[in-house]
Amino acid sequence: MSDHPPPGTPVLELRGVHKSFGPVEVLNGIDFAANAGEVTALVGDNGAGKSTLVKCIGGIYSMDSGAYLFKGQPVSVHLPKDAAALGIEIVYQDLALADNLDIVQNMFLGREKRGRFAALDEASMEKEAAKTLAGLSVRTVKSLRQRVASLSGGQRQTVAIAKAVLWNSTVVILDEPTAALGVAQTEQVLQLVRTLADQGLAVVLISHNMRDVIQVSDRICALYLGRVAADVRTADVTVSDVIQMITTGAPPDKKTVANGAEGDTVAASGAVAATSGGSA
Amino acid sequence: MSATEVAPNLSKEPAAPGTPAPAGTESTVQVESPSLVDYGREYISKVRGGDMGALPAILGLLVLCVAFAILRSRFVSAINFANLFTQGAAVTVIAMGLVFVLLLGEIDLSAGFASGVCAAVMATLTAEHGQPWWVSILAGLGTGVVIGLVLGFLVARVGIPSFVVTLAAFLAFQGTVLLIIGNGGNISIRDETIVAISNKNLPTYGGWILFAVVVLGFGASQLMRSATRRRGGLQADPFSVIAVRTGALAVLAGLAVYALNLQRSRTAIVSLKGVPIVIPIILVLVVVGTYVLNRTSYGRHIYAVGGNAEAARRAGINVVRIRISCFVICSAMAAVGGIIAASRATSVDPNAGGSNTLLYAVGAAVIGGTSLFGGKGRIIDAVLGGAVVAVIDNGMGLMGYSAGTKFIVTGCVLAVAASVDALSRKRAASTGRI
Repeated sequence: MSDHPPPGTPVLELRGVHKSFGPVEVLNGIDFAANAGEVTALVGDNGAGKSTLVKCIGGIYSMDSGAYLFKGQPVSVHLPKDAAALGIEIVYQDLALADNLDIVQNMFLGREKRGRFAALDEASMEKEAAKTLAGLSVRTVKSLRQRVASLSGGQRQTVAIAKAVLWNSTVVILDEPTAALGVAQTEQVLQLVRTLADQGLAVVLISHNMRDVIQVSDRICALYLGRVAADVRTADVTVSDVIQMITTGAPPDKKTVANGAEGDTVAASGAVAATSGGSA
Repeated sequence: MSATEVAPNLSKEPAAPGTPAPAGTESTVQVESPSLVDYGREYISKVRGGDMGALPAILGLLVLCVAFAILRSRFVSAINFANLFTQGAAVTVIAMGLVFVLLLGEIDLSAGFASGVCAAVMATLTAEHGQPWWVSILAGLGTGVVIGLVLGFLVARVGIPSFVVTLAAFLAFQGTVLLIIGNGGNISIRDETIVAISNKNLPTYGGWILFAVVVLGFGASQLMRSATRRRGGLQADPFSVIAVRTGALAVLAGLAVYALNLQRSRTAIVSLKGVPIVIPIILVLVVVGTYVLNRTSYGRHIYAVGGNAEAARRAGINVVRIRISCFVICSAMAAVGGIIAASRATSVDPNAGGSNTLLYAVGAAVIGGTSLFGGKGRIIDAVLGGAVVAVIDNGMGLMGYSAGTKFIVTGCVLAVAASVDALSRKRAASTGRI
């Protein structure tokens, strides 16, 4: 993993992003930043614009208006390869791994190293894959040569993330990385998310699981109907504050913070009603 | 925060039990080389998990050979042994091409008649237009490439299911062969080089040179691979495993060459012995095909497209180009098969590549262990499956069964092989192996 900007400085910045599909305005002046060495959680209800924003970042959609800054410089990103060239990797929910290939083959898929006679340089690929996984403190796989089909959901997610990191990426966007995972595997992936940020990468975590968000993120950016409801430091808010931001679009009210404790399990919607009443 | 075994620093999870924790190995994942016993254990667990590979084909081949040998002593004669190779060669080569298409999860039902069209083109050029053998053969191969381009374009670019495209081509190519040759006609091939492909043998010393090249080449490539991996500090095949593999190959190949070098002629006037020329041809195709599939990024991309086309697309692989190229390879290999068949018959008739050719070829690939669902298969599968098909066809012929019975039996064997494929896939899905 290459040289990263000093922790806390914004690597990726979007300012005043607008995006419409016909008459439907999906993004309405979004300001978003991902800082080096931090996990930025991107939360919001269905239809809030998370996926559209990520697709704009990844170059799958182009923005109608707004500024796209990378390491402080304005850049133009119109195609997925533009984003990839900047070192922005998106790990999608449906993983995009080939089950019939092994871990090394998947990690290098489409970017294989070649040696003599057009032959694949398996040994150096395997070494590099092992180094990357070890760098992410992954020691759970039996062999790098086992097929991805034989891995658990958490291990598969780990491979997908490691694949993104292998290419000296500076920004890694994880779309619902824990959605289909069990408790132990979720823990494993969250550890990995933290490790990525600690290594200096800017990590964007999209999740519906508030406990994950509170546990692992440094900042929370909540979207509500195409605009930013709140952009706060995770340490300043509780689970119920976050749920309030998502469901009502209202920024957290400082007076109600004491209501929920850190490490709360997923708050019931009743808690939302209790905290949102005054400020909504 | 959870009741299951969650340790804070990404500890081992229940999915991978039984592996010793690599204590103190912070920088690598694991480097230990397993022993021969570990290999045996791993293989058994693989088979149990539904990843049977070539095992059913090898077992089937053994059972069939023993049964036919008991029922008809002529089955084990030197002349019949050589016949097995020349009889099975064309189907085996067509099956090798089909492996590429099957790896994508597609099918080519027109491969049989495509081989007929290519053979007819070659025969017309050599017999009626007096072209030299190499021009005729190249034209036949070129016809295969063009056929593959058209089929691949229709499947990959236009998006018609391969089943429909190649079913249409099946009929169209049947008509093409008829038009080229003429109804009831027959083009006989007199060119010595083309006839030699299926009808002549290597000299006896040539067979032993071939043997040495194959065994030494196999052993050397295995040793080199192991050495490279060991140098890189990776898990490598131990010497014992390589020795066993190479030794087994040496014994089998040695027996085969010895048997093929026995005198097969029944009269004292002509001598008939040696390794048939089709065998080195098939060996070259196996080596090249295996190299392409296992050692090049192109081959890797074929597996990826067959396993998860969307993942391949996202990894920047040109899925359309991979698909078209596999159809081209399939039809070109069908052309090779058609030429071998034409050489054996020393003629091409309107039914060339028809009747059981396609079914035998698909059967050979599937019986050998290539999956109809895509993403799994090897070139050597086509050879093993082709051997099974050839043994059934040959053995039942010796037993005096009619063509009708042979078709029924071969059809049943294909159905069994496809069931094994489907069932092992189900089992693989439940045990996490595919």
